[in-house]
Amino acid sequence: MAAGSPYADMIGARRNRATGEPILTVSWSQEIEGRPGFVHGGVIGGLLEMACYEALTAEFRNEPLPRMKPINIAVDYLRGAVPIDTHAVAHIVRIGKRVANAAAVCWQDDRSRPIATARMHILLDR
Amino acid sequence: MADFFNIAGVERMVSGHTSQIGLRYVDHGDDWVELAFDYQPKLAINDSGVLASGPVISLIDSACGLSIVARRKVLRPMATLDLRVDYVRAAPPGKAIVARATCYRIARSVSFVRCLAHDGNADDPVAHALATFFFTGD
Repeated sequence: MAAGSPYADMIGARRNRATGEPILTVSWSQEIEGRPGFVHGGVIGGLLEMACYEALTAEFRNEPLPRMKPINIAVDYLRGAVPIDTHAVAHIVRIGKRVANAAAVCWQDDRSRPIATARMHILLDR
Repeated sequence: MADFFNIAGVERMVSGHTSQIGLRYVDHGDDWVELAFDYQPKLAINDSGVLASGPVISLIDSACGLSIVARRKVLRPMATLDLRVDYVRAAPPGKAIVARATCYRIARSVSFVRCLAHDGNADDPVAHALATFFFTGD
């Protein structure tokens, strides 16, 4: 639903299984630049959302994957994202019958210094 | 459009990623800006062509930032502090998405913005957002 989609390919987001977690990574390109010298906030938001979908998809590895629809997302921007690789991963806080709550984090060279975090609610259509 | 883009530096805010998603200027007023992008298959989140929300976040983030410029009439370097988006309803594939962002308060370091996005009828929005920005110092 996220990695491999036309949008993910457009911004250059790909799965990164270096740690076994459902991490997504985007390499720097002029095409994702927002204010000069920094990744666009929308790319970071989009990446955090896709990380939530990836984490949720992983939770359903042993059962049918419901249709997932975004309800809302709240992104906190913590540091400017400079022209290097950007990574994001999410963990699922709760899966209810109809709604899932996910928490995502985005970082660059140092995972202990996040550049953005997000909370997301996703509607499960099953 | 001309008077708005005469504000020094604004043209640099509509390059890079914003041109990747085909963002275009629609209109602006004293404290608001409208931007839009047309539907393109490359903006989909799946093979059925459903629009990804990433481009919608980009559209809203850009419109919100520019609404501060519209209100202040001067471009000061700024960064998004937080952005919350409610996806009020699904946007069927094929339609352009328009976002109108209104900056309702500029304080010394932080500005407050709200934004509605729709796909043709402003009374039937697809997304509603609130954002804050801070001036990164000049």
